[in-house]
Amino acid sequence: MDRRSFIKILGGGIAATAPATALLTACKQTSGPAESDGSSSMTMRVNPNTGDTVSLLGYGMMRLPELPDGEPQGGAETGPFDQEMINRQVDYALAHGVNYFDTAPVYCRGLSERCTGIALKRHPRKSYYIATKLSNFDTALWSLEESKNMFETSLKELQTDYIDYLLLHSTGGGGRDEQGNPLDGLETCKRRFIDNGLTDWLTEQKNAGRIRNLGFSWHGDYRAFELLLQLHDEGRYHWDFVQIELNYLDWYYANEINRSNVDAALLYAELEKRGIPAVIMEPLLGGRLANVTDNIAAELKARDPEATIASWAFRFAGTPKGVLTVLSGMTYMEHLQENVATYSPLKPVSKEEHEFLMHIAEEIFGHQEIPCTACQYCMPCPYGINIPAIFAHYNKCIREGNIKESNQDPDYRRARRAFLVGYDRSVPRLRQASQCIGCGQCTTHCPQQIRIPRELHKIDAYVEQLKRESDII
Amino acid sequence: MLRKIRIPLAAVCFLLITWLFLDFTGVAHLYVGWLAKLQFLPAILALNVVVIVGLVLLTLIFGRIYCSVICPLGVMQDIIARLHPKGKNKAGRYSYSPERRWLRYAVLVLFIIAIIAGIGSFVALLEPYSSFGRIVSNLLKPLWLSGNNVLAEIAESHDSYAFYEVPIWIRSMPTFIIAAATLLVVSVLAWLGGRTYCNTICPVGSILGLLSRWSLFRVSFDVEKCRNCSACSRACKASCIDFKNHNVDYSRCVVCGDCIDKCQFGALKYDISAIHAKAGHTTASATATSSAEATIETASSQPKAKGLEAGGDSRRAFLIGTALAATTATVAQTKRKVDGGLAEIEDKKAPERKTKLTPPGSLSARNFYQHCTGCQLCVTQCPNEVLRPSTGLLTLMQPTMSYENGFCRPECTRCSEVCPAGAIRPITKEEKSSTQIGHAVWIKKNCIVLTDGVSCGNCERHCPAGAIQMVPLHPEDELGAYVPAINESKCIGCGACEYHCPARPFSAIYVEGHETHKQV
Repeated sequence: MDRRSFIKILGGGIAATAPATALLTACKQTSGPAESDGSSSMTMRVNPNTGDTVSLLGYGMMRLPELPDGEPQGGAETGPFDQEMINRQVDYALAHGVNYFDTAPVYCRGLSERCTGIALKRHPRKSYYIATKLSNFDTALWSLEESKNMFETSLKELQTDYIDYLLLHSTGGGGRDEQGNPLDGLETCKRRFIDNGLTDWLTEQKNAGRIRNLGFSWHGDYRAFELLLQLHDEGRYHWDFVQIELNYLDWYYANEINRSNVDAALLYAELEKRGIPAVIMEPLLGGRLANVTDNIAAELKARDPEATIASWAFRFAGTPKGVLTVLSGMTYMEHLQENVATYSPLKPVSKEEHEFLMHIAEEIFGHQEIPCTACQYCMPCPYGINIPAIFAHYNKCIREGNIKESNQDPDYRRARRAFLVGYDRSVPRLRQASQCIGCGQCTTHCPQQIRIPRELHKIDAYVEQLKRESDII
Repeated sequence: MLRKIRIPLAAVCFLLITWLFLDFTGVAHLYVGWLAKLQFLPAILALNVVVIVGLVLLTLIFGRIYCSVICPLGVMQDIIARLHPKGKNKAGRYSYSPERRWLRYAVLVLFIIAIIAGIGSFVALLEPYSSFGRIVSNLLKPLWLSGNNVLAEIAESHDSYAFYEVPIWIRSMPTFIIAAATLLVVSVLAWLGGRTYCNTICPVGSILGLLSRWSLFRVSFDVEKCRNCSACSRACKASCIDFKNHNVDYSRCVVCGDCIDKCQFGALKYDISAIHAKAGHTTASATATSSAEATIETASSQPKAKGLEAGGDSRRAFLIGTALAATTATVAQTKRKVDGGLAEIEDKKAPERKTKLTPPGSLSARNFYQHCTGCQLCVTQCPNEVLRPSTGLLTLMQPTMSYENGFCRPECTRCSEVCPAGAIRPITKEEKSSTQIGHAVWIKKNCIVLTDGVSCGNCERHCPAGAIQMVPLHPEDELGAYVPAINESKCIGCGACEYHCPARPFSAIYVEGHETHKQV
């Protein structure tokens, strides 16, 4: 669906509840800035609810720079955070079109809102949008009173009298009841935001103009996500935006990486269906998509030698038309500059590139078997490598789920042992991939066009990575 | 009572330290590595003050409990002595013999001179814990590994990863022979006379004997109760009880408590010596019995044996010790050979290194060979088949490194963790990765880029230090052959290049050792 029809549907949906807003949106649709047109300025997206023109790059104030020596400056007000640097980076961001700043009462040891407030106060209030959250995680804060306090404190810390984007923070996460018994994500969501009347109160605040957009961010229990959308569908609440995790790995593999996750493709489709703009978090998966293994890096670079590894992830996250902004917690000026460049303007990921990134995701997730049929055409390798046996072992490990992308995987140790022990069993050490010199005599013989030395070196690099984890199998 | 406490303690210590030497998974040393560090001579060489003071105090208070509980070679002798048909004989099979003081102290003096002079092989030969280590690692471990390999075969057929196959080979023939000879000598002496070895040859026994003469707790006679029945002397495996004179030679008594249990009249007590008026004292006798002569003879025959097969070092050889071992080894070998359609791979040969390689953490070859007692613990623990005993006469049994079967992997610091003698000091992975123990040398005539005319670069690809670059053989010919260029100052000497080099039998790139390690 292109942007135009997206907004049309959106306009129709909104017309039922808020005709005035819809009118405004219709106006913006024609008069508001369209997607950047090849100039070198930041790509902007229009929020159909308020007509806000939001930069595609949003500044996540979750990983603020700290002073090198951790010494507070200018009084202990901002703790160990480098306010001077924050100011400079915020100035740079604003100067380059970034106008969405996402913070929360809990970020940066609770100082993020204050630092953000100080930095933004130096600019006209109309030149940026502030997003903050109701981070009432602690059971003690679940009462309406405490949550109201939290909202009021946010206004004070941010030195403003209204919030542009307010989120129910991390709906779907589990909590504990007053007795300390664990609660599931759905129940927690109800108790934090619905049963205590908080969302009703926030809607009132929205009507009173103290909140311009009301939305939620979601992780974890999918039933909470469903519940909140159901309330939206029933017209009880209206979500102006929803914040979800989206990146090229989570697009199809979120659920496979962790059973409790939901694939980003599905989440996004749910929002798109309702015309709710999506705010994207974790476009880089906590930096993992910027810090890929050498072979993945080589593949990305081979496709576009001039593009940074991270830029692929940002382009992917920014491409869907329903994405309002993509948040990045940019600690360093270099990250900010790089990301500004990536989105000034956005070069949308083409269909081919999308396929390519899905292939990369597959590879990162280790799902790609080597299409070796063990025809033995490549054999004998003059240096004694048992090529089909190595591929067979590798494919077997893929199929049995013994190739883990992360050593944080709960099953990692067992899988590692299975891979390494099985490797020595299937292929004697001197016939393993580490002995491949890359002479390439095999390549021409392969009817599957497998680039054998490359694949062998990739497997060898993986084995080396496994071995370096520990000297114990 | 004393005996009832000693036997379980000794059994536990013995089994655990044996396990430490047998283990190849790297798990044992995490739990029982401290047992090796408790050993007397390694602790002295490592200047491990806490252990030294602890053992000296232990001996000054309780006598030579060390020899009965902590020393695995001592416990091993007790086990062998018990296997003797008369071992459990009620009457006892030993008799009192006077101390052969001149022999004990002559050996001790020679031993100390050897330590100071840095004759590591002589030190290693006599050190009891190291003798035990060599016996277990050379003679028992192959059986242990064979057993494991049988289990691995079974596991494999059941698609289980519980056991994995490990290679079995004799790291050094001379050391293997010495281990066998030591076992023979110690066994014969234990069989014939209990703790003869400990009280005539063992330098650690002699040192502790000097201390235990003055120990606070000791076995003593209650002359009133003694009926001169000789049961105690016949039970004493240390031959140190002179029942006629009611004398106990405390320098030889290993506080086993056998005599106390044997005495029907309650005439022997183990308690604080101060309350006994008469201090234990025996006179040394110059007459050596035939068993002692035998001892000297066999002991001196060991250095002869060690020269026998000095050339056999590092030769891969499968042990055919038992039918079990033979079966496993053969099965494994045939399986590797019948890979149809595979090129033959020639075994690698160790290059001749001008300077021996010593593991990271050993600081220098000098430090290493001065401290090492040749116990083989690091050799048995090395998961990469890099460490093996060296062959030089002065450093015989003390390890060195070579890279035909593996290289010194960056994540492994196991040898530094297990070494009890301070020969390999504890080192972190980070320190290891920046410690230069040698540098790589390229042998142009072996390099397959030139001999086979193919492109390679396996050394460069595996160098963890980034010390190798592939450069054009002829600088102006960028499309021609690329050969490795070693940045010696970045090379740490891990041997990844040597191991991964496809040239055989001699690698085209090998590591030359450095006498003194340095940080890069």
